[in-house]
Amino acid sequence: MTETDTALADPAPEVAQEQAPQGHAEEAVAVQEVGGTTTGISHNKLMMWLFLGSECLLFGALISTYMFAKSRLPEGEIGPLDVFDIPFTSVSSFVLLMSSLTMVLALSAMNRGNERGFRIWITATSLLGGTFVAGQVYEFTVFYNHGLGYTTNIFGSAFYTLTGFHGVHVSIGIVMLMSLLMMNLRGSLGPDRAERVELIGLYWHFVDIVWILIFTIIYLFPQ
Amino acid sequence: MTTTSEPQQLQLTAGDQMVRPSSSLGMLARPRGDTGWRSWLFTVDHKRIGILYGAAALIFLVVGGVEALLIRLQLAAPGGRVLSEDAYNQVFTMHGVTMVFLVIMPLAAAFSNFLLPLQIGARDVAFPRLNAFSFWCFLFGGIFLNTSWMLGGAPDGGWFGYAPNSGLVFSPSHGMDFYALGLQITGIASLVSAINLIVTVLNMRTKGMSLWRMPVLSWMLLIVQFLLLFAIPVITVALFLLMFDRLFGANFFNVAAGADPLLWQHLFWIFGHPEVYILILPAFGIMSEVIPTFSRKPLFGYPFMVFSGIAIGFMGWGVWAHHMFTSGVGPISVAAFSLSTMFIAVPTGVKILNWLATMWGGRLQFTTAMLFSIGAVAMFTIGGLSGVTHAIAPADTQQTDTFYIVAHFHYVIFGGSLLGMLSGFYFWWPKAFGYKLNERWGKASFWVLMLGFNLTFGPMHILGLQGMSRRIQSYSADAGFSFWNAMATVGAFVTAIGFLIFIMNIYRSRKAYRSGLLKPVGPDPWDARALEWMTASPVPEHNFDREIVVSRQDEFWHRKWEIKDDGKVVRRARAEDVAHDGSAKGIHLPSPSYWPIILALGLPLLAYGLIFNIWISIIGGLVVLGAIYGWVLESPDDPEAHDHEEHHSDAVSGNGSGPADVHLPAVADSGADPAAKAL
Amino acid sequence: MSQISPVAEDSAALAAEEIDVKPAEAAAADSAADGTSAAASAADDHDKHPSDWQYVKIAIILGVLTAVEVFTYFESVHRLGDAALFALLTVLMVLKFVYVAAWFMHLKFDSVLFKRIFMTGIALALGVYLIMLTAFSFWT
Repeated sequence: MTETDTALADPAPEVAQEQAPQGHAEEAVAVQEVGGTTTGISHNKLMMWLFLGSECLLFGALISTYMFAKSRLPEGEIGPLDVFDIPFTSVSSFVLLMSSLTMVLALSAMNRGNERGFRIWITATSLLGGTFVAGQVYEFTVFYNHGLGYTTNIFGSAFYTLTGFHGVHVSIGIVMLMSLLMMNLRGSLGPDRAERVELIGLYWHFVDIVWILIFTIIYLFPQ
Repeated sequence: MTTTSEPQQLQLTAGDQMVRPSSSLGMLARPRGDTGWRSWLFTVDHKRIGILYGAAALIFLVVGGVEALLIRLQLAAPGGRVLSEDAYNQVFTMHGVTMVFLVIMPLAAAFSNFLLPLQIGARDVAFPRLNAFSFWCFLFGGIFLNTSWMLGGAPDGGWFGYAPNSGLVFSPSHGMDFYALGLQITGIASLVSAINLIVTVLNMRTKGMSLWRMPVLSWMLLIVQFLLLFAIPVITVALFLLMFDRLFGANFFNVAAGADPLLWQHLFWIFGHPEVYILILPAFGIMSEVIPTFSRKPLFGYPFMVFSGIAIGFMGWGVWAHHMFTSGVGPISVAAFSLSTMFIAVPTGVKILNWLATMWGGRLQFTTAMLFSIGAVAMFTIGGLSGVTHAIAPADTQQTDTFYIVAHFHYVIFGGSLLGMLSGFYFWWPKAFGYKLNERWGKASFWVLMLGFNLTFGPMHILGLQGMSRRIQSYSADAGFSFWNAMATVGAFVTAIGFLIFIMNIYRSRKAYRSGLLKPVGPDPWDARALEWMTASPVPEHNFDREIVVSRQDEFWHRKWEIKDDGKVVRRARAEDVAHDGSAKGIHLPSPSYWPIILALGLPLLAYGLIFNIWISIIGGLVVLGAIYGWVLESPDDPEAHDHEEHHSDAVSGNGSGPADVHLPAVADSGADPAAKAL
Repeated sequence: MSQISPVAEDSAALAAEEIDVKPAEAAAADSAADGTSAAASAADDHDKHPSDWQYVKIAIILGVLTAVEVFTYFESVHRLGDAALFALLTVLMVLKFVYVAAWFMHLKFDSVLFKRIFMTGIALALGVYLIMLTAFSFWT
């Protein structure tokens, strides 16, 4: 292979740029300089999506660990059928699902410049998220009183670890939502920075999606 | 995580919606100054961070090397008494952990940090402060792991920490706690760095730098970041499960409670096999830069190189159970993974053939960097071939846990990765520091290393096939292992001398340069091909004076050389005329920051607390929390920057999508007319 | 994505500096050249954003799907048999997943690059963990 091959192999030589006279070169401003990027996507949003892609593997491992652990639970030990309260969990699942709606409405309000609406919806999202976490704490307490501790058996360890990881994610999400609210109240988050709301929103919806999986796989699948 | 900028001026015209611009969050001052130790502690410059990664990795290489010598001393003769069984377990575990997580991975990070932005023509990485955080996180994680020696014993369950051997029953010291928590911290470093570098490559390429014009090194590093992105969470979960078992009495690997410890092996190797490619692909990239440069030819089959890298990246996810052939995963799994393992040899073979074809017919220059690259190709090929013998499952049954395996992975990781990285050191040293390392000493270190390496690990093939188990502290005189073990020990010390020569070379060359005996090199000492050579050496803080407009692969080479119609290559311009001289002024760069190092400092405190006393954790948690607030509230820019005429750029970056605090000057360098352009 | 485009502001700011900028076009042209081809949406996706009412409709659909899921918990449906229940619940779960990802996370409207990253994560996770469970003979 010679040098010529490489030159020919190049599919689209940008001749126009090559031949641009010197004077015009100064007009060709760096894409970066105007806040643009090579792909046209913002750094922060790309970062968040990469992080969420990574989280898929994290929750995948936790969910499959749970499924495997449950299948290895010895006969006669306290298991899912002994503790699960489907109607209760259904309500808290519904609460979390609806928090995704309020989240997206908060973003929509911010995009339209309706900051009052944003504050209302973001508060609602935090409250719904808080309700979900409170429900989880209540559920854990009930299970514990039924005799299912973290170390009781392999099901207990796996169940608390999986739902605990999810609960921690929700709690971090609530802290971030509250921070958004504080920033808005302090005047440092307006419609011109709506992207921040969008980023936290992406995280929040992802956490919701994970719960959609957990609710079906852990609670609803026939035991 | 871009911090905000100055309040933006908005002119409202009639009929516009009333918009109140967001105020700045910045209220904490940034560190100042660009010299002295502070400038290194608080730096966010990708080149300095790359150098820090490299330096830290070399120090850990010495630590891991001493551990290796201890192992070889213990095994030098039958019935060795250098180390007790317990100490031996700790030493071989820490040798593996150190070399994999604290030497090869950070060396790859050193090259990716230093070179990726340069090769794509960018000013810095997308998130400079996160980049600094990644480094400190890795360093403190590594120090945390090594403090275990003084705090009740190092990890002793092997670098892959198989459960239940790594559980409290069989490993009652705190060692494996340090392992679980320390790797968690270095894992955070890798994950953050991976996200940062992917965003950098996708979003910050200079004009015309399409993915298919990027150098192969950039491609390989990008693939590695994707592997890290998806593999790190798997080991994170595995380490959490181990930690919960050990610290809180969970039952994930508790066989008495019905658990199957194979779960650990699966999770570990789902991470562990992509990890193998995380270790080797950066070296592949380096070899793909060095070999064409010193063959005076373009890389043969660029698209094949890139696609085989991508193929390796994907297939690397489907071969993990070949580490578990003898664990009882069942004949169907064994057959399937055996097949997929044989397939993955194909793209690897494509790469080796392409390097050979690149050298074929070239005017080869045997510089030290070239020697190391050729050595790496040769050694990796040997390691790859012994790897194919493991893919044949029944043969592997005989080889598993013998020294044959040890021989194999040292040929690929030491012979492939580390030699490749050393090649990179010699190749890019002038770019980083402005002077070449001494070639004569370099070649001496190469030949000594080659000799020592093959003396050490060659005999291990024989020992393994003779049946000598790895991880056994001693052997008896009548086992027939004595001769080759003695040979391997001699080889290990020869290898150590090779590294000493390398370190002496750095010391002497640096001294010679400082005293003026060694001339500073120009921008392009090797007549190289990629964009990093198109700026001064050492690289100025702002990388390039003007934005470079790229119109083909090997842009820089094509600006120096012209290919006539009859195929003759004639010089178009001198490298000095094409390259930027680094004299540009007033370019706005990201300011240094206190918070990355403080945030990273909180993590080992959290971890110590989990092992010893929860109050330490609480202090660590407060440090982390405070650092996050400091991070967010930090003022966006260096106050000095406001004096520059580039002031208007401040307002521009405020929309959160700008590369954090980075601006390019307005003049583009399209290379249209080198003579006119040499401003 | 803000209605008041930051790009527009920047262009205005730069126009004052007498510099000719076409960020969106430049970005689009650039990415078209390299196969990430992610950009196109960046500039004009404001128009395609769903209205609040559409979001509410999606939420109602999600609520109904959840109600159907929970309904399977009651005995009368158990006559379907475990296999049918698994299939039904899986379909419902995937539907909910897709609705949230496509609409609330804007994947339907946003750059295709995000979808690819997310899908890669999901596909890898499904691939490796299903194989792992299979190796454990989990399904029998």
